Amino acid sequence: MVNVLVCVKRVPDSSSQVVLTPDNQAVDGRHAGFTVSSHEECAIELAVRLAEATGGLATVLTLGPAEATEQLRSALAVGCGAAVHIEADGVAFGPADVAREIAAVVRSHEAEGRGHDLVLLGNDASDTGDFQVGIRLAYALGLPVVNGVSTLEVADGVVSAHVDGPDGPETYSVPTPMVATVLEGGVEPRYPTLKGRIGAKKVELETRSAATQPAGAHRVRLRLPPPAPTTVEILGEGPEAAPSVVDLFEKLGIR
Amino acid sequence: MILLWLECDANGVTEISLETVAFARSLSAAGGGIVIRAALFGDVPEAARDQLAAHGVDEVHHVTGSAYDAYSGAAWASALQDIRERTTCVVVAAAGSPRGNEVIAHLAARLDVPMAANVLSFSGLAPFEVTRQVAGGSALEDMRLPRRPALFTVAGHSWTATPADQRTTPVWHEESPAVAEADLIARVSARGEAKEDSSGALTSSRVVVGAGRGAGGPNGFGGVMELAEMLDGALGVSRVVTSLGWRPHHEQIGQTGSRISPELYIPCGISGAIQHWAGCSSSKTILAINTDAEAPMVTKAHYAVIGDMHEVVPAIVAELKRRAV
Repeated sequence: MVNVLVCVKRVPDSSSQVVLTPDNQAVDGRHAGFTVSSHEECAIELAVRLAEATGGLATVLTLGPAEATEQLRSALAVGCGAAVHIEADGVAFGPADVAREIAAVVRSHEAEGRGHDLVLLGNDASDTGDFQVGIRLAYALGLPVVNGVSTLEVADGVVSAHVDGPDGPETYSVPTPMVATVLEGGVEPRYPTLKGRIGAKKVELETRSAATQPAGAHRVRLRLPPPAPTTVEILGEGPEAAPSVVDLFEKLGIR
Repeated sequence: MILLWLECDANGVTEISLETVAFARSLSAAGGGIVIRAALFGDVPEAARDQLAAHGVDEVHHVTGSAYDAYSGAAWASALQDIRERTTCVVVAAAGSPRGNEVIAHLAARLDVPMAANVLSFSGLAPFEVTRQVAGGSALEDMRLPRRPALFTVAGHSWTATPADQRTTPVWHEESPAVAEADLIARVSARGEAKEDSSGALTSSRVVVGAGRGAGGPNGFGGVMELAEMLDGALGVSRVVTSLGWRPHHEQIGQTGSRISPELYIPCGISGAIQHWAGCSSSKTILAINTDAEAPMVTKAHYAVIGDMHEVVPAIVAELKRRAV
């Protein structure tokens, strides 16, 4: 039985134009809509598969405003069995703050006899891109951590975590409990079923407040890069443009 | 002093690590000629010695020993922490590669200081303020690093890996710092053979041909693959293509895939969402092929052909063959 905690963050959908909030402290998702990062969708899938295969429990956790329960419900709809909401203004929390808050929940669950064998996070969030919450969490808990995991299995209290390393595939064998950050690509996140959606609405959320005052993200401001003026040169339309294209290859010394 | 964590491949120091050295030289100059130290782990090819001298590194810490034979983020950061304490460096940086971000994040957690990922530039030394890429490069963040050491990674391809004006004669320190057992728990325990079809070809090719939703289905990639082969290039795809299962994930270009910087990128049937642009914006020249003249990929490109990739790409292939005769 493997109990997994999977941590997600409500982020603006990154498929459309980026707009900043009026105070320039965050990306504004009011028009684009909100989601979780694609690495986290894969982390949820891995957590649910592990829980299903071992008769364990996948618990989803987020730190964010009241609206972030939407992301918790989505994870419940695809197979997580419990959810923790740390109610807080996420923008005021830097990566070290978030790690400390998650660590407080993990310790509290441990003390209540419902500890987690494995804590999964995304490799990096698609909005702030800090690349460090999972690692800081591992240090806060005194646990080992593997970064950039594509797939993993657990057998006899040992996690085999597979990473697509710079020189080829790598495997880490690490005893539980441990922390892993997940990269997109190893598993295909499932879509929620109707039954899953209905079930998700019935799960009672564990709502908590932040354990400490945040130190912040040391952010001065966000700004948008100046839009590059369009300088595109249209070489032509349809197949008739082929000679111009090959002329361009020759000009660039490509062939 | 500045301490850099640099990565090597079989040919020497990696391109983005040398870009990080260029960033460090600029920082060094702004500080009145701050000494630049580099830490390298494990096998260092002979070519790297000359590169480090040509790029202006003053001192090199070469870390080897059984504790470092296999990668472990915690163990490597522990050695880096040891070097930093002995040399009292006030800045520690690495390239914004997966491993660069990982090692610096470990160091940040160990020292409990802030870390800035994917930095593009710095705007002041006191306070030390940097600008970094967020939201896949579609927004910038100005961030303060008030604590010492200041820890950051440099965004790939934001600097050019040019040699220094003056060569240095780096002083080499061979060392093997002690590591706590706890830092060796999560280390690489088995390695597989590098796959022929890994993303390596995608990030190192001079030409990349991209394909997106416009391919139409898993059988819609014949033309772009033939074009890539004729140009001695690699095939890359957008996220929608891998999400739909049309092509494997290692071919994905974008925020959650590979970041490329070829001489020429030819995106075919790719609309150019932020997710994709984050991975291809460093391309030197972009030639977009798309039915929609208003698609972001077209308006951001240097050159474009307006048309269906299934008609345009075969015509380009035919023209290449005609001229090759």
